[in-house]
Amino acid sequence: MDLRDSPGEAAFRKEVIEFIETEAPRIERGTRIEESMAKSGQWFRQMADRGWIAPAWPKEYGGAGMSVTEQFIFNEEMAMHRAPRPLHLIIGLGMAGPTIIMHGTEEQKAKWLPGMLAGTDIWCQGYSEPEAGSDLASLRTKAVEDGDDYVLNGQKIWSTIAHVAKWMICLARTDPDAPKHKGITYFIIDMKSPGLEVRGLTNMADTHEFNEVFFDNVRVPKANILGELNRGWYVGMTTLDFERSSVGSAIGMRQEVEEMIEYAHVHADEPGCTLKTDPNIRYEMTDRLIETEVGRMLSYRIASMQTRGLVPNYEASLLKVFSGELHQRIARTQLKLLGLYGQLKLGGPLSPLGGRWCHQYLRSMGYTIEAGTSEIQRNIIAQRGLGLARD
Amino acid sequence: MDLGLSEEQELLKNFARDFLEKECPETLVREMEEDEKGYSPQLWKGMAEQGWLGLIVPPELGGSGMTYLDLVVLTEEFGRALVPGPFLSTQVGGAIPLLDWGSDAQKKEFLPKIAAGEQIWTLAMTEPSARFDAEGVQMEAKADGDKFVLNGTKLFVRDSHVADYMTVAVRTKKGGKAEDGITLLIVDAKSPGITNTALQTIGSDKQCEIKFENVAVAKANVLGEVDKGWAVLNSIVLKATALECAYVVGLSQMDFEITVSYAKERVQFGRPIGSFQAIQHKCADMVTDVDGSRFIMYRAAWAIAEGEPDAEQLVHMAKTWCSEASRRVVAHGQQIHGGIGFTKDYKIQLYFRRQKMAELMWGDADFHRELAAQSLSL
Repeated sequence: MDLRDSPGEAAFRKEVIEFIETEAPRIERGTRIEESMAKSGQWFRQMADRGWIAPAWPKEYGGAGMSVTEQFIFNEEMAMHRAPRPLHLIIGLGMAGPTIIMHGTEEQKAKWLPGMLAGTDIWCQGYSEPEAGSDLASLRTKAVEDGDDYVLNGQKIWSTIAHVAKWMICLARTDPDAPKHKGITYFIIDMKSPGLEVRGLTNMADTHEFNEVFFDNVRVPKANILGELNRGWYVGMTTLDFERSSVGSAIGMRQEVEEMIEYAHVHADEPGCTLKTDPNIRYEMTDRLIETEVGRMLSYRIASMQTRGLVPNYEASLLKVFSGELHQRIARTQLKLLGLYGQLKLGGPLSPLGGRWCHQYLRSMGYTIEAGTSEIQRNIIAQRGLGLARD
Repeated sequence: MDLGLSEEQELLKNFARDFLEKECPETLVREMEEDEKGYSPQLWKGMAEQGWLGLIVPPELGGSGMTYLDLVVLTEEFGRALVPGPFLSTQVGGAIPLLDWGSDAQKKEFLPKIAAGEQIWTLAMTEPSARFDAEGVQMEAKADGDKFVLNGTKLFVRDSHVADYMTVAVRTKKGGKAEDGITLLIVDAKSPGITNTALQTIGSDKQCEIKFENVAVAKANVLGEVDKGWAVLNSIVLKATALECAYVVGLSQMDFEITVSYAKERVQFGRPIGSFQAIQHKCADMVTDVDGSRFIMYRAAWAIAEGEPDAEQLVHMAKTWCSEASRRVVAHGQQIHGGIGFTKDYKIQLYFRRQKMAELMWGDADFHRELAAQSLSL
């Protein structure tokens, strides 16, 4: 047991820090994501040149080939320095890309991977449907064979950034007579296809991230099938595993809480800070800090397992639930610290920190639902992890 | 960055688990609840033979020469098996104080006997005021020539009724800050004037009231320096606190395993109750609490072992978390068992009751949360 960096890890950390300090734009705390993205074009190109835009991809595919621990270190330092991450590229780099690397033909890899790495191609996901959320396997979007194509009809929902995406990874039903998991195929769809329409959804935090996507006789070439016909569910599960195992979700949270505590100290005598008037708030903040440390250790546990060649099973679901719920508790505590001022929205003249915490309080309610609800994750922990029988 | 155990630690853990499964079964745990001494001399001898009593004592003094972190690993297994008796007391009240703060003469005199299983020790700190801070040490020791004379009462002291020696926290100087004027004394537990009464506790452990009436202790028996004992005491208690966390992690892990096992076997409505989501979700929450406890405990224990500057803060954080997480675990353990879990005969209550003892020992969640908050300047 050693919580310090090994010499190799320390050297890598130094390399990462140097790179960030030299190349990354300085982003003020509290800057909106859109703004920090806008300042980061050159920075993302630098990351791409180094392969660091795809830290987990094998080097042969243009990634950095980072080990799990290196990814951890990279994510930690990126968070600590508030270095912008190419969030619009996450579905491509973090989900579609690894899935194509694992299941794609050489032609498919050559066709789609370069655009992801160059940052020119934005990807989105077409999985969930209005009637198929947690019960994804019951999805209804149909794909019917027609010559060299499949023709898709149906609807997807909760497609993040579909409104700016070039490609979609999509699950559709190709065999309606087979048992539900066995009649699904994984398609890659050109978002400019005729018959494909994107409609934006505004979330309760007043942000447009999600979209509905409608398919009206959309033609998709057979060459765009990833993996085998009717085996798409299993390919799709790979994508979800990549999504769930994204390392480093817990790491930025300690920083969040430390910033909250610092805010409390700095603004202690102001009305928009309840440090001196709420006897519970110091314990709440202390608890949040302890919980972020527990979360950090649960993240390290996964990295530590992978370094030792052990395959995490329920541990990733456990971390996802823990982190999502902790984010929500942190947001609650942040608003408590602000008292009445906590309700002032993003961008308002009197809003503390520009209303960032108010916004986050609303946005964080999605964390226990997206990428697998906490209920589903707990089922997975219990069934896959603890061997309890399915309902 | 590696959170796993070393090969040696894995061996120690696995061996201890098997050994204790055989040598410390539920029947012994229950028997010792009613037993006046509260421990089995036979098991004590067995533990000495395994080198566990002197686990952290250097080989030249008859010990196994292992580390504090190894002791933490072993303690988790003791928690898993609910081992009754003065193992932890002897580590916390004897081995650790002597190793960290004893003079060469004191080390030579006592450590070999501890390692050989010939002496039982305990730390006598708390008094009827029931506080774990410096204010809680008020029992006076008056200087009288070449000795100190002790008068007063210590309360909630584990295993003092069977101890051979005690490390006793006394106040040798009054006035000024509470942290000034504390001295640690090595006291022969069989000294004239000492009366022990074992209390009936929720954890069926042997916490005692100790009455001191004109108890004479030679000045040579000072551990560390006169009046400067708070730093020594605090350092011992930090190590004890992390060990208590390790104990409660082992206890929680076992409670959780028993509970999941039960959920797989108990059938209602034509299926195992573990197939119902309400039960599954509680089990998922239990494993989250157990795993979280284990790793924050390792974080603190490692920091202590390495002498890291944030070790003290981490101990407070770990004890805060482990105190409450373990309570949640054993509460779910009771609930999932339903009626049978509520009986004395069924084993799950053995864990439930001892969790509370561990939760309170060395300060409960709020005590440590306050210290953690202060360390954050809150």
